[in-house]
Parts: sequence; structure tokens; C-alpha cells
Amino acid sequence: MGDFTVVKEAGKEEGEQPKGIWGLVVNQDVCTGCQACVTACAMENNIPFVGEDDAAYGRSLHWIRIERFWQGEYPDVQATPRQPTMCQQCGAAPCEPVCPVFASVHSNAEQINLQVYNRCVGTRYCANNCPYQVRVFNWRDYSVNMPEIYYNQFNPDVTVRRRGVMEKCTFCIQRIHRAEDLAKSQGRPIADGDVEPACVQACPASALVFGRLDDPESNVSKLNKDKSSSQLLPDLGTLPNVTYLKGGSAHVNK
Amino acid sequence: MSTSDAVAVNEHDEHLAHLREEHLMLDPRPRGEMNAMVMEAMHTTSWKFWVIAGVLGVVVAVCLFGSWGYLIAEGMGVAGINRPSYWGIFIVNTVFWIGISHAGTFVSALLRVFKAEFRRPFTRAAELMTTFGLVQAGLSIFFHMGRVWLAYWMMPYPNQRGLWPNFHSPLEWDFLAINTYLLASTMYLFLPLIPDVAMARDRSTGWRKIFYRTLALGFRGTEGEWTHLRIAMNIFAFAILPVMFSVHTIVSWDFAAAMRPGWSSTIFGPYFVVGALQSGIAAVAMVVITVRATMKNMKYFIRPEHFDAIGKLMLVVSMAWAYFYFNDYLVLWYGGDKWTQILGHFVEEGPKNWMWIMMLVFNIVIPWLTLWNKSIRRNPVLLFIIGLLINVAMWLERFIIIPLSLTINRQPFTWRVYHPGIEIPLGIGTLAFFILLYMIASRLVPLVPVWEVQEGQLAHSVRKFGKETVVTVSDLE
Repeated sequence: MGDFTVVKEAGKEEGEQPKGIWGLVVNQDVCTGCQACVTACAMENNIPFVGEDDAAYGRSLHWIRIERFWQGEYPDVQATPRQPTMCQQCGAAPCEPVCPVFASVHSNAEQINLQVYNRCVGTRYCANNCPYQVRVFNWRDYSVNMPEIYYNQFNPDVTVRRRGVMEKCTFCIQRIHRAEDLAKSQGRPIADGDVEPACVQACPASALVFGRLDDPESNVSKLNKDKSSSQLLPDLGTLPNVTYLKGGSAHVNK
Repeated sequence: MSTSDAVAVNEHDEHLAHLREEHLMLDPRPRGEMNAMVMEAMHTTSWKFWVIAGVLGVVVAVCLFGSWGYLIAEGMGVAGINRPSYWGIFIVNTVFWIGISHAGTFVSALLRVFKAEFRRPFTRAAELMTTFGLVQAGLSIFFHMGRVWLAYWMMPYPNQRGLWPNFHSPLEWDFLAINTYLLASTMYLFLPLIPDVAMARDRSTGWRKIFYRTLALGFRGTEGEWTHLRIAMNIFAFAILPVMFSVHTIVSWDFAAAMRPGWSSTIFGPYFVVGALQSGIAAVAMVVITVRATMKNMKYFIRPEHFDAIGKLMLVVSMAWAYFYFNDYLVLWYGGDKWTQILGHFVEEGPKNWMWIMMLVFNIVIPWLTLWNKSIRRNPVLLFIIGLLINVAMWLERFIIIPLSLTINRQPFTWRVYHPGIEIPLGIGTLAFFILLYMIASRLVPLVPVWEVQEGQLAHSVRKFGKETVVTVSDLE
């Protein structure tokens, strides 16, 4: 298989070098649970409406969800802080090795987990192996079967997925690329705050902060070091790029 | 001759008659007669056969191919899977059918290697089960895939884009293992079939003659041909055993290699192999009983001694299964992982706890209480019912492992119970397809390996040493 190694080597040379580690910080103390991020994500990433029945049966396609629980026995019930949950973009992602056709891959450039829709054959193994349960599956042709007028709102930068493929949060990779291209055309490095995924942009409480983790001066890097910061299921060793702040974070966002 | 001598001779004759009635190997008939019996069994087809085959054909067309077409056209939404139960009855059926297919090879190859004489009349019946069971397992995997029309991407074929399947994925190992097993078991089915189709070729006319002539590959039964055939069969019997053990181990790795509560268990490999044997041997019992009850002349070839032997195997395997089940259970419980504990409580006390109880009763309590008894083992109706219950229990076991375990994960927000949808007609369709394939095969290939039975009968003899009647077996190979 000499050809195969040549292709692999060629890919390495042509710019599959890390260009930055992107990270997200979720401040649970200020999240109001307004679902603006969920809506914005759906608009940005062409996520279709699946209908009430399918949504109630656990088939909604949202890439981000607001989790909320109740603690204690009635009448002493307490609500827990709201927890927006999206793909944690693990550094050691359990979803990646289990895909039989390499549809779930790690991007060297952005250091995130990518789902290649064209390559996916729909075994759904990645979703089973995801401890955060943030992968969603196209159970039907939702995007095709919607009224035609909705076609106008599709984002041309994002693929419309058809039935039978898995999908997940991409940290709005199309926005990362756009910001990178813009910075390159202006001959400057990407500044902190250049890239805002749809959820971050829409959050009225600024509970979500996005930026580069490899830049020690960025907002996310500073928040990452906060004493109240934690990660979801850290004992699994998945090395997520998403951090949660809970219980009195010292920082108040801009 | 004194009277005491006459009594002794009489006793000897009675004992001999009893042995003949009991053991096929001690009740030899001429080769020509056995050939005629097997050919007659293959050719005698009553109207009931056609009615059942017709009904099954309709069920296969509607439930299997009809539903599958609908599933492909509409997408996975017509099935009952959801988040978090991304895998449902399709995978349950896959594991179940692979389990069924295991016993065919087990009975045939392992018993052949260890020269267990009782295997002789029903090796073919068991091997056919392997091949047709694997067909259903393969189909069930294809039902499961979101984009089944791209299933060939799992094969490592050279292509311009330099894309390979991911050899890190347990699913890929599974795909390769099942394919290997399908090919190997089909060849293993075919090799001992050659002398029998050659026999059928010499006794047929018309299209059957052409069919058998093609399959027999010009086998004439010369000494050289037999030598080659024996060597090939011996190689396959030994080689297929590790393949058989590896396949179900690899199926178990689909689960054991994943980081899910209830799945990541190191004992899953042997546990799944034993589970496969548990359901498979029960299925062999059911198939053999059905063949004996419905086909002509089979009461000569298949006797209560065979039910007795299969019943003992079922009991032993049931004990082995219980050992592995509780071993797995104990270790998971002792590990003290929070999510595994929750899962355990959900299985035992949740809305589907009847499955767990039913599985333990059918898999352990009923076999252990009944199969000790020789008269129950020798009773075809009772053995059939016990086999059926064991298979129900093993199906439930896979259901508990797959959709029920997937219900509980580390994100309680997504917990949701699974309700099957189109999986049910498709599952019925695979069962009907299995029975239909078996029925068709029973009219096309000799179900009893006549040469193997004859070989056994030639090797056995009853001799008298002093006053003792002794059964002797000579080693032909």
C-alpha cells in the first residue's frame, strides 16, 4: 500500500498542522436557560424541526441542549444550575476510533472532532460511545420534507444533511474558517473574539465564551483557570475542550 | 445345550435387540436402503409443506422485503430507536442469529474433532442452521445501517481516494469476522455434502440431476477422492473452531470495547460465546425435533438417544451460562461504578424488569429443574418447549444488553425508554426467511449425511466376552 502512505504524507505537508486549539467556556452561574443558543444554532447549522412526536421520543436534532434537573424530595426541591450541553470536542474522543469508515475524525487544524457526512454510513456506534450523548442522528429526511418556503433560510455555508447520517456540534467551523480567511486577507493573526459561534453570539447573558485555548491571553484561557471551573465527566479522560463554571465564578463577562 | 445356556443366549438376544432399538450406530442397514430412505425423505412433499412454504413466502415478501424497502425509503425514523438507544432490536437480532448459527458449527466440528458418535445423523441439519442463521444476522445488520446502500464502504477495497475502513473500529473487526465465518462455515457445510450429493446425483433425473451433478464436482467415491476429502474436512473441522470462538468474542467486543455502563466488561468474550452456544444448541434441538416429526424415514435416523445427548449438552451449557452471567454481574456490582449501579437497578426494578426475571427463569430455573430427568430429555415435545424457552430467554438477554442498557447512560437528561417500531415485522421476517430457507434446503440436499452414518455403523459392533455383551468401536481414521 505504498500509495496510501504517499497520500498521508502529502496531507501532512499541505497544512494539516494545528492552527489553534479552540475552546468554549460555559458559565452556568449566569445562564438563564432562555434557549437562545439552541435556536441560533439551529438557524446557523441548518438543523431541521423534527416535529413534536419525534422530539418527545428523543429524536430532536439540536446540537446544543439546556439540561436542568431537580434536587431533593418534594417539597424540598431545588433546581440545579442550567447546563448547556454540546459536543465537548474531546482531545481523546471516544466517538472517533469506533467508526468503521472514518466518518468521525479528528481535525488536526482546528483540534476538534469532525463528522464527515458524506462518508457516514449510519452505524450509530459513535453516538453509543459518546459519554455526553451529544451526537444526533438524522432519523428521517427532515430537511427535505419541510415546507419549501423554509428552504430559503438554509445557511449556504453548511451542508444540508439527509437521512441516515450522524451529525454534531462543529463549533461553527464555517465561522472559524471565515474569520481565519478574513484575518489572512488583512495580514494579521486572529484576534480574541474574532470567532463567535452562533450560540455564543446569541447568548444574552454572555454565559458562553469562545476563543483559543492555546493563547494564554484569551478570555477563555483565563476563565479556564478559574477556581470554579470544571469539565464534564473528567474521570473518563476524554480531555474535553469545553469548560463549565459553576458556584461563584470570580469573573464577570464583558 | 443346557437350560441355563439357553436363558443366557435369550438374555443376550434381548439385550442386543434393546441396543439396536436404542442406538442408531448398532442398528445398521444396508447402504442402498439408507440411500433410498434419505432420497424418499427429500422427495416426499405433502400439500402442508407447500401451504406453509407459501405462507412463509408471503411473510418474507411483506414483512422482510416490504418493510425493509419502506425503512430504506423513509429512514431510520420508522424503527423505534432514539437517543439514547441508538441500537435496538436490529442488533439484538444480529447477535441472536449469530448465536443460533454458532451451534451448527459447534455440534458439527467440535463433536467431529472429539469423535462423539451421536453427532453423525444430525451434523448436516446443524450446519445448515449455521449458514441460514448467518444470512439472517447479515440482513439484520443491513437493516440497522442508516445508509445501507453504502455498506460496501466497510470493505477494504482499493480506491482512487485512498480511503480505507477504520481497522481500529470493533465494528470493522465484526464485519470481517462475520464474513470469514460465513465463508468458512459454507465451505465446511459443502465438504461433507459432496459424497451425499454424488449419491443423490446417481439416483435422480431431470433438473435435479443437473443440480446435483454441478454440486458433486464429479465425485465418484474413489479411494483417492475420499482421502482428499477426509483431509480437507479434518483441516476445516480444526480450523473452524477457533474461527467460531473468535466470531462471537468479536461480536461481544462491539459492546465490551465501548465505554458504556454495563458494556465495558472484560468477561463479555467468553460470556457471549457461551450465550451463543446456549441458544444455538437449544435451536439444534428444536430443528432436529422438527425434522424428525415432519420428514419421512427420519425416525430411523434420529432417535431419543440423540435428544438425550442434546439435552445433556443444553444442561451443561446452561450451567456455564449461569456461571458467566453471575460472574459478569458480580464484577460489575463490585466495581461500584455509579452508572452501572443505576443501570443494574433499572434492569431489575425498571419498567422492563419482567424481561430480566423471565430470562433467569427460562435460562436457568427451567433447564436445571427439567433436564436432569432422562425421560424429559428423551421426550421430543418437552425438549422442544424447553429449547424454545431458552431461545426466548437468550433473545431477552440480548435485549437487556443492548437497548435496555443503552437507556441508561452518563447523561441522565437523555434517558428514555425504547419502544420497537418496524423492528417487529422485520424480526418476524427474518425468522420466516430462516424457516423458509431451511424448508427449501430440506427438499434439495440430503439432510442426513448417509456416508457418515454408515461409517459409524461400520465402526461399531456388539461382541460377547464371556457372559458380557460389549459394544466396541474401532477407529477408522
